Amino acid sequence: MIRDDRPLPEPTAESQPYWEGLRAHRLVLQRCAACKTPRHYPRPMCAACFSLEDEWFEASGNGTVHSWTVSHHAFHRGFKTDTPYVLLTVDLADGVRMVAPLVELVDDDASRLSLGLPVVLEYDDVTDEITLPRFRIDG
Amino acid sequence: MMTDDGSGGMTSLQDAAAVTGIGETRYVRGTEKSALRLTLEASLAAIGDAGLTPRDIDGVIVYASGAVVAEDLLTNFGSEDFRFSATTPMGGASPVAALQCAAMAVATGVATHVLIPLGRDGHSGARISRRVGAMRQFRVVSEFEAPVGANAPAQYYAPMARRHMALYGTTSEQFAEVAVTMRRHAGLNDNALMREPMTVADHHASRMIADPFRLLDCCLESDGGAAVVVSGAERARDMPQPPIWLSGMGVGHPDSPSAITQRPDMTRLGLAKAAPRAFEMAGVTHDDIDVAEIYDCFTYTVVCQLEDLGFCPKGEGGAFVEDGRIGLGGALPTNTHGGLLSQAHVVGLNHIVELVRQLRGDCGTRQVDGADVGLVTGYGDLGDGSIAIMHR
Ligand SMILES: [Zn+2]
Repeated sequence: MIRDDRPLPEPTAESQPYWEGLRAHRLVLQRCAACKTPRHYPRPMCAACFSLEDEWFEASGNGTVHSWTVSHHAFHRGFKTDTPYVLLTVDLADGVRMVAPLVELVDDDASRLSLGLPVVLEYDDVTDEITLPRFRIDG
Repeated sequence: MMTDDGSGGMTSLQDAAAVTGIGETRYVRGTEKSALRLTLEASLAAIGDAGLTPRDIDGVIVYASGAVVAEDLLTNFGSEDFRFSATTPMGGASPVAALQCAAMAVATGVATHVLIPLGRDGHSGARISRRVGAMRQFRVVSEFEAPVGANAPAQYYAPMARRHMALYGTTSEQFAEVAVTMRRHAGLNDNALMREPMTVADHHASRMIADPFRLLDCCLESDGGAAVVVSGAERARDMPQPPIWLSGMGVGHPDSPSAITQRPDMTRLGLAKAAPRAFEMAGVTHDDIDVAEIYDCFTYTVVCQLEDLGFCPKGEGGAFVEDGRIGLGGALPTNTHGGLLSQAHVVGLNHIVELVRQLRGDCGTRQVDGADVGLVTGYGDLGDGSIAIMHR
């Protein structure tokens, strides 16, 4: 793993709680403090009621596959050793979507993928400061 | 000039402006020329085609994600000023969106002749994955998706195609049909980069990039420039080329424009919102369209846009491209120049140039018989859409 070469997120004032949550191996998502509509990715305003007040809640990390791609080509040198790797778009039970890799691809994992396949969130400690999400197939 | 169409004080841009000049450089892969030089070469060709000199240009719309700014053009043209200067920041949808913007400028008299130029060293300069990271419209995905391994458009767009396949049964054979058709058209264009015939088997044998996209589902990176001049209706009638009228234009952003991941319907692009606006403005129907130049950064993008344009219902774009329907001689000849897939990638300005050439009747062996009305689309960033319907 050539982890040092990878692009790392630069948390902002908006996103800090999300990244801090991952670092503590918790999925912490943003929602509107007024109407409770969850949102991802973190941003200042609720698109449902225009409130600028937000709060954070702990989500389950359980979800189902919304779509996916299998990257056979690395467009960033930091991912060259990982190809082919699966990137999942997941409908979280908590009402938003996330994109994250499927933990280690074994031979016919890609052929097992289908819309609605249940997955579970895991935590990948990339550096001391940054933990990234990843998924494994549930069961 | 602008006319009141009686709809509550709205004025229509229909036929208020025309494309009066087109120009292209030779397209290559490998150049010593800068993006600015390529831009200037294409601009001179388009301005000359319009019967103008660079000092006649009083408005410019440069590519927001490109290397060239309006000041570069002023300096090189030795012009005193541009009365109108804008950008239309929609990635690959920018040049077609610029047609709408230019039409507004000349129809209102703010400018007389607006130049829309684009030159790029996409092959010889910085490649796509490096360019994306620097663009503000990719800020959100750069924070949340690039770190997990989504670093280029192929990886951002592939899940849209995969979901389309899963929901509607769209196949890689249908994507191949798009690639093979563009290649066949490029074979009739001596300024196309990829002219060797391609078969469906060649497509299937090409290496996987980001499933379901194989190499031959992906557009080229190339070096070159293209430009068009847009003029107001009264001027256009007295210029050397037959005016190609801009009759309907629209732009549209997709839902969740900053992240495809969060989009309620991943298979619906901004074009689905833009297209009805353009068809209404033009006052034409789909049956009137004789030729289509559809932004083809990926084969899937053509399939999806055919649906979002309304040529077929959502989910039937794959079947639509079968049986030669989008080839020359078919019901909807598409990307008659070879497109981004096989001609060159100048962000779709080559699509605009080709549509104008078709409507002028200047396309030689690839001319669509009786091409009176056509459309060109743009697709950009994370699903922005633009469309222009033109007629001769
Ligand atoms: Zn709210």
